Amino acid sequence: MTTTASTTGNDTATSTPLLSLRGVTKTFGAVNALTDIDLDVARGEVVALVGDNGAGKSTLVKVLSGVHAPDAGTISFEGREVQVADPAAAIDLGIATVFQDLALCENLDVVGNLFLGQERNRARLDEVSMEVTSWELLQQLSAKIPTVRIPIASLSGGQRQTVAIARSLLGDPKVIILDEPTAALGVAQTAEVLDLIERLRQRGLGVIMISHNMEDVRAVADRVVVLRLGRNNGVFDAHGVSTETIIAAITGASDNVVTRRRERLDGAAGEAAAGRPATTDEEVAR
Amino acid sequence: MSTLQLDRSDERLSHDLTPAGRARAALRNIRSGDLGPLPVIVGLVIIAVIFQSLNPVFLSSGNLVNLMLDSAAVGVISLGIVCVLLVGEIDLSVGSVSGFTAAVVAVLFVRHDWNWVLAVVVALGIATLIGLTYGLALTRFGMPSFVASLAGLLAFLGLQLAILGDQGSVNLPFDSFLVTFAQVSFVPPWLAYVLAALAPAGMLAAGYETSSRRRRANLSATSVRVLVVRAVALLVGLEFVAWYLNRERGIGWMVVFFVALVVILNYGITRTGWGRSLLAVGGNVEAARRSGIGVRRIYLSAFAVCSFLAALGGILAAGRLASANLSSGTGDVNLNAIAAAVIGGTSLFGGRGSAWSALLGTVVIAAIANGLTLLNLDSSYRFVITGLVLAVAVAIDSLARRSRASHGRA
Repeated sequence: MTTTASTTGNDTATSTPLLSLRGVTKTFGAVNALTDIDLDVARGEVVALVGDNGAGKSTLVKVLSGVHAPDAGTISFEGREVQVADPAAAIDLGIATVFQDLALCENLDVVGNLFLGQERNRARLDEVSMEVTSWELLQQLSAKIPTVRIPIASLSGGQRQTVAIARSLLGDPKVIILDEPTAALGVAQTAEVLDLIERLRQRGLGVIMISHNMEDVRAVADRVVVLRLGRNNGVFDAHGVSTETIIAAITGASDNVVTRRRERLDGAAGEAAAGRPATTDEEVAR
Repeated sequence: MSTLQLDRSDERLSHDLTPAGRARAALRNIRSGDLGPLPVIVGLVIIAVIFQSLNPVFLSSGNLVNLMLDSAAVGVISLGIVCVLLVGEIDLSVGSVSGFTAAVVAVLFVRHDWNWVLAVVVALGIATLIGLTYGLALTRFGMPSFVASLAGLLAFLGLQLAILGDQGSVNLPFDSFLVTFAQVSFVPPWLAYVLAALAPAGMLAAGYETSSRRRRANLSATSVRVLVVRAVALLVGLEFVAWYLNRERGIGWMVVFFVALVVILNYGITRTGWGRSLLAVGGNVEAARRSGIGVRRIYLSAFAVCSFLAALGGILAAGRLASANLSSGTGDVNLNAIAAAVIGGTSLFGGRGSAWSALLGTVVIAAIANGLTLLNLDSSYRFVITGLVLAVAVAIDSLARRSRASHGRA
C-alpha cells in the first residue's frame, strides 16, 4: 500500500525491478512474522536473503510462492501489481520455489515429482517426453540419480534436493526462490548449485537465495538483504560489504556475541573469520 | 548399445533386461515390501484350494458364473473406495448411499412410473452431490471424512427408510432392463471369445506403441518378444476363462460392465493428470498444494466419484435382487466394499493403490462368502472369516509399508 522504504539501497535501480515487494506484512495470531518488508529483485540479479532463525525468511518465501497470503502490502511483478493467491498463481506468474522441506511426494517417482501439477497432456500423460525432459534437466544439474523411475523415497537427501531444484526450472520461470539450496548437499553438488545460480543469472532470471552460509552468499549474490525479527535490517552490495557487517545486521547490533568474542580475541590474532556460523554456535554453547 | 540409452547410462544401475534379471528384480521388490497384488493372489489360491477340497462344486463353471455376478455390485462400490483411499481419506457411508440411491431409483421407476434411465440419472446425480458434500465438509470445514461419512451413513439410511415408506420394499419388474441386465443377460459365447482376444490385442498394440516411442526417444524399452509373450499369456488365460464359463451360462454383462469400469478407472489413475494428482495428494498433500495442484478440487472429485460408484453399485445390486428394500446396502455391504479395496492392496494410508485392487479384493470376499454358503455355514462364520481376512490384509499392508520405509521405498 505505502512505500515505506527507508533502507533499500536499490532506489536508484535503472530499470523497474522484476519482482518488487512493498510493505508486506504477515501475522500469525499475535506474532508479527513479517512487518513492512520491502524487497526488489532485478532481472539477472541474485539476491541473498539472510537472517537468523525466526527472522521471517521462510515466511517471506511462502508469501512469494502463494502458500501464505500477505495481510498487507503489495507485490509487483514486471511492473504490474499482482495477487499471489495460491501456489498455482505463483507458478503461472513465473515464480518458482524450492522449499526448504523440498515439498516432494515420496510415493511418486522422479518424473512424477518433476512434472507434478504441470503434467504434459493431462488427458493422456506423455510419459516418454516427460522422461526425456527429466533426463535433460537432471544432466544439466549434473545430478547423480541412477534412474528417474524410482520413487523419491529411495533417494538420498542431496538427490532429493537436486530433484526439487530441477523441478523449479521446468516451465521457464522468471524468478527462482531457493530456500537453503545447499544445506543438504555434498561439496561437488554445492558447487554445481552455485554454478547453476550463476547460469540462471546469465539467463536473466531473478534469483532469491536464502542461506546461512556466508561463503555461498558472498560467492554468488549481488545484493544481500538482511531480515531481523520480521523487519528489513539493511541491504548491502555483496561485493563491497564485509562479513562482519552482515553478521552485525543479522544479529541486530554491533554489540553481540560475535563482536564480543572478537574483542576478546583481539590482540591475540587477526581472526578475520569471525563470521563463520560455527563461531556463534561455540559461543552459545558456553 | 544399451549403455547409450538415456535412462541406462548410470553405471550403478543393474541392467535387468534378461528374463532371469527381471525375475531377480521382481524378487528384490517383493523382499523389500513392494508386494503389489502378490498377497491377494496367494490368498485366492489358498481359498480356492481349501474350498475346492471341502466341496468340489466350488470351482465348477456354474458356481464361478454366480460368484462373478455376486462380485460385480460390491466391486463397483469398492472401486469408489479406492479413489478416496488414494487421497488418504475414507467414506464409511457407501453402503447407505448405495441403498438410498437404489431406493430412489425403485421408487421413481416403479411407484412414479418414471423412465428407468431418467430415474438412474437422477439417483446418480443425487449421489454425486452427496460425495461433493463430503468433499466440502472436509475442505471447507475441516471435518474428517471419517466423521462426515459416519454421519452420512446414518442420515442416508434414515432417508432410505423414509422414501421406501411403510411397505419397506419395492419390487422391480422382472422384464425391466435393470433386472434382466443384472440377472439374465450374458455375453454370447462367440462374443466372449472375441472380447477375450481383444484385451490382449489392445495391450500388445499399446505396449508396442509405447515401446517404439521410447526407442525413438533413446530410452530403454520393453522388447517386442516380451510384449508378445505377455499378450499370449493373457490371451490363453482369458480364452480359458471364457471357455470355462461358457460351459455354463457364460459371462454376465454386469461382470463385463464392472471390468470395463475397472479398466477405465485404472486408466484414470495411472495415465491422467487427475490420477497423478490423486496419488500426490495421498502421498504429501502439502507438496501437492505447493506444486499448484487444486487440492480441494481433487478431494471433491475423489468423494464425488466414490459416491457416484457407490450409487451405481447399489443400483446393480437392486437389479440383481429385483428389489430395493430396507436391507439394501445395509449389513456388510459397507465393510465388504472397504475391505475389498484394502485386501486387494490399496493402502489405507493414502497414495498407493490401483483400480485392480477393487476387482481382486471383491473376488476374495465373494469367494469366501460363496464357499461358506456351499458348506452350509451361516453368516456368523462368514463375518468372522471375512473379518480375519481383512485383519490379515491390513497387517500385510502395514508391515509392507514399514519394510518399504526401511528399504527406502515409498
